[in-house]
Amino acid sequence: MARIRAFENAAEIASQGGVQAWGLKTSAKPALVRGPLHLSTGQEAVAAGVCANLTRKDLLTSTHRGHGHTLAKGADVDRMMAELFGKATGSNRGKGGSMHIADFSVGMLGANGVVAAGMPIAVGAAQALKIRGQPEIVACFFGDGAVNRGPFLEALNWAVVYGLPVLFVCEDNRISATTPTGPMTGGAGAAARAESIGVPAVRVDGNDVEAVDAAAARLVAEVRAGSGPRLLHALTYRFKGHVSVDPGAYRDPAEVARALESDPLTIARDRLVARGVAADDIAAIDAAAAAEIDAAMAAAAAAPLPDPASAYTDIQNTGAGQWR
Amino acid sequence: MALMSYSQAAATALAEAMRADRNVVALGEDLGRGGIFAQYRGLQQEFGADRVIDTPISESTIMGAAVGMALAGLRPVVEMRVVDFALCAIDELVNQAAKNRYMFGGQGRVPLVVRMPIGLWTASAAQHSQSLEAWFAHIPGLTVVVPSAPADNYGLLHSALESGDPVVYLEHKELWGDEGEVEPGLRVPLGSARVLRAGSDVTLVSWSKAVRTCVDAASELASAGVSAEVIDLRTIWPWDRATVLGSAARTGALVVVHEAVQVGGFGAEIAASAAEETGCRVKRVGAPRIPSGYSKPLEDESRVTVAQVVAAARSLAAPGVHP
Repeated sequence: MARIRAFENAAEIASQGGVQAWGLKTSAKPALVRGPLHLSTGQEAVAAGVCANLTRKDLLTSTHRGHGHTLAKGADVDRMMAELFGKATGSNRGKGGSMHIADFSVGMLGANGVVAAGMPIAVGAAQALKIRGQPEIVACFFGDGAVNRGPFLEALNWAVVYGLPVLFVCEDNRISATTPTGPMTGGAGAAARAESIGVPAVRVDGNDVEAVDAAAARLVAEVRAGSGPRLLHALTYRFKGHVSVDPGAYRDPAEVARALESDPLTIARDRLVARGVAADDIAAIDAAAAAEIDAAMAAAAAAPLPDPASAYTDIQNTGAGQWR
Repeated sequence: MALMSYSQAAATALAEAMRADRNVVALGEDLGRGGIFAQYRGLQQEFGADRVIDTPISESTIMGAAVGMALAGLRPVVEMRVVDFALCAIDELVNQAAKNRYMFGGQGRVPLVVRMPIGLWTASAAQHSQSLEAWFAHIPGLTVVVPSAPADNYGLLHSALESGDPVVYLEHKELWGDEGEVEPGLRVPLGSARVLRAGSDVTLVSWSKAVRTCVDAASELASAGVSAEVIDLRTIWPWDRATVLGSAARTGALVVVHEAVQVGGFGAEIAASAAEETGCRVKRVGAPRIPSGYSKPLEDESRVTVAQVVAAARSLAAPGVHP
């Protein structure tokens, strides 16, 4: 969690003055991170609590807000940060950026620029694991906004029909881009919809990492045992705007202030202190995270940009070379 | 050699690929019953319901799941029933399958073949009759295949399955029963056209069912003293530039013929390329920009005819006169 928070904070600063949106101007001086960042600041406990129950060989699909999931799945921080900087050393060689962050080497099959689009991919990956007789499972992260897209219904139904090893994780930050999700959603939301299709669902405080971990542990065990899909509905809150340059000023300041009081990192720290963990040990975790991210920032800044010729690689083998 | 229908040729190729590699699977609606055009006949009986997968009517997830399957080691064949229904899965094809390899920096590949039958199909009206090949040719990452004959349907499907990247495979709904000789083991390379008839006055380029129209037009042109070369493109991306441009350079006149709506059709790409590269004169013959109507006189307005092709060719080619 500390690593995710440090990563998001550093990336946010590096992105200031980048891509223009919300009526703001790009800065004259190029930003270190040019592209849009969908920060998961405040949502760290969901990624950490779920991924603590996965192995590196398990598969994971993510959303546009995927830095936390990727880090928690074990991806290399240097390559992630270099990708945000658009560098040749990035995990995607500069071709994807934040919105498509991925590290297939640890089973992280990609963030996705389209809401709910990871869900069909997740069930297909799970079906392949089942058909091929592999023991791994798939964790499928999606947001509260995704429950109003068709692929949510289709993918949940699909997972039930074929009895697939998928843990669906609704990371409910209560807002769809800049619009509160509640008034946009009929019925009782993700868990209720899942139950109606036959996917057992559990609701949990997504800012309490121990609660997320405990619930995920139980659900993952059931999925691994071949009981079919399960859904974890984790309630959390997005501390930042929809995207890095969005100040999020459309939200009620009182609501934001209340949310900041239940910062998942503060909750975790307070609990550690209450159990007698030394303040110095906790500070050392933060310091190690800060040092790791500082090093990743420095390495990313120093790394080379991709050769323009690489714009023409990894598209398709058939017809490669015929660009017009 | 074996005599096979266009649909049997595809089923035979798929069965051979499934026998050769356990990771080849097929998924879509009604496949267990052989598919609505019999193009999967017998496959579920041989390979079981885990590998010839009957699915819910969930086009987005049929296509999206195939992407996930491909990333996790399978080589799925996706059935969309008709290309019109594939529009329900356009994100999964265009934003996911086609972009995956590139946007993740080559970390993964998506070896899938998506079959989406195209074309007018007797009185099937506006939502079951379209030819949308140009849409897919526009998308980097996709190969687009348009077989016109049983042997090609066999040999191209094998090549598509072996290509390792997403292939949009467009069979024509009025060709399923066509019979032809198929050579076992045949591979038709992707991006390779076939010259069906040599000629010297005008080049006719086509694909899918409209190839027939061109062959018939060439016969009629011959009786009028016009020598027409007929090229079946077979793959529209990549398209066989060498064969088409070489022919156009020799004849100095090129007519592109397709059943798809002419406006923004792939014929425009070929005509423009031929004009740029060879200076030849060009004409296009395609459908008017109208939805396909149900009643015969309405539907017929969408069909390209031999007379249209002959007229276009004659307007360009003076017999025996070369630029």
